[in-house]
Amino acid sequence: MTIEITNLHKKFGKNQVLKGVDLTIDKGSIYAILGPNGSGKTTLIKSILGMVIPNKGAISVLDTPIKKNWRYRKKIDYLPQIANFPPNIKVNELIHMIKDLRNSPSAEYQLITLFGLEPFLNKKLSTLSGGTKQKVNIVLTFMFDSPLIILDEPTTGLDPKALISLKELIQKEKTNGKTILITSHIMQFVEEVADEIVYLLEGEIYFKGSIEQLLNRTEQTDFEHAIAAITTTGSHA
Amino acid sequence: MLKILKYSFYDLIRSRWSYVYFLFYLALGFVLLFLNNDVSKAVITLMNVIIVLIPLIGTIFGVMYYYNSREFTELLLAQPIRRSSIFMGQYFGVAGSLSLSLILGLGIPFLLYGLLKSNAIFDFSLLLVTGAFLTFIFVGLSFVIAISNENKIKGFGYAVLLWLFLAVVYDGLFLMSLILFEEYPLDTFSLVATALNPIDLSRILILLKLDISALLGYTGAIFKKFFGTDLGFLVSIAILLVWTVLPILGLRHKAKKKDF
Repeated sequence: MTIEITNLHKKFGKNQVLKGVDLTIDKGSIYAILGPNGSGKTTLIKSILGMVIPNKGAISVLDTPIKKNWRYRKKIDYLPQIANFPPNIKVNELIHMIKDLRNSPSAEYQLITLFGLEPFLNKKLSTLSGGTKQKVNIVLTFMFDSPLIILDEPTTGLDPKALISLKELIQKEKTNGKTILITSHIMQFVEEVADEIVYLLEGEIYFKGSIEQLLNRTEQTDFEHAIAAITTTGSHA
Repeated sequence: MLKILKYSFYDLIRSRWSYVYFLFYLALGFVLLFLNNDVSKAVITLMNVIIVLIPLIGTIFGVMYYYNSREFTELLLAQPIRRSSIFMGQYFGVAGSLSLSLILGLGIPFLLYGLLKSNAIFDFSLLLVTGAFLTFIFVGLSFVIAISNENKIKGFGYAVLLWLFLAVVYDGLFLMSLILFEEYPLDTFSLVATALNPIDLSRILILLKLDISALLGYTGAIFKKFFGTDLGFLVSIAILLVWTVLPILGLRHKAKKKDF
């Protein structure tokens, strides 16, 4: 098991975001974490990364409990939702800095050419467009060789060509035996890449299974409609 | 931690504000030496300026740096780095670069003037040491305030209020209480009250080393009896150390619990 989450609770002030999430993520598959806005997707991901500290419950990543631990993050490549980078440094300085901090072998050159970022390497991050920042974000995530990859809204702002490259990249990492977690609101993208769907609703796991299981359960033929219908059919997973 | 410290330090050293701060002290040092023509007198004037200015600059710089580097902090939090290392690295980066600006900015003019040959070298070093202490204390306090407040405006407000309280209001309250309770023996009270505020403590520490305590009259004599001795000096330095360590512990504690 790559990730095991038991009875995870998290509250922000009075707002109970996660209400007892139990989830196991197995090795070598692509999981899509879906759910309406504010259902707790990002909180769940940030809990796995140790950025959010849960009120209750346990998480272990690659069989190590993550509480009071930080070394396990070396096994995770994380793509944050909004590419918020320090504005005053250049793209290649940022890449160097992250490489230096992680101290792991990296393959950034192929990725830079894949996304056509060469002309931007000497530009400051504050001058880049949203889509270009996202490409930098993707390079920073995929340049390391970690067994677990977490992508929070990876498609934001990407042009069609970059989107195709991203999908190929995800499939390539899957064939390398990596486990990938994705959140996205683009159902077409999810349908293309994901093996398993985890549907969060109001801080609980409402459905977990493959796309076919989801279609059978909701009696729909189309994935997007199935997701939309998931809460109305009322069949609790 | 050292890597974070390195990046924060370089980041600040390259920023315009560090140069402004450095050049300000450089100019201040040269002007005072030329106007006073006397190292001892220049040290007194400098003390009056920096005892108020250092805490202010430390507070504002600390809060600004924390809020401006929030994105970078979030990026670092997802990396395999210990949480406390991230914040300690940033803290020492800011406090270190500010102290460097102070020490170089004031040190260069005084060295050029011939400090090494004058007997004010001890007073001058004491000034720099207390200046560095005040920098570390107030950057630490401002980091604690910033990490406890998500709202930038609130954080800024609290930090400036803290400075205002310790630099101005505290003295006012202190004086008022001396007047109100003048019938009582106040020696111990004033000693303790001075020691509890790092700004007052630094001021007294430097004043008494400068041998002008005679100007302070009776109170000065009592203060001299305590702070003027080696024991008093060591106790003062120890209190300054406690003032430095407390915000650091607070910062570590807050950093451990915070959600990003």
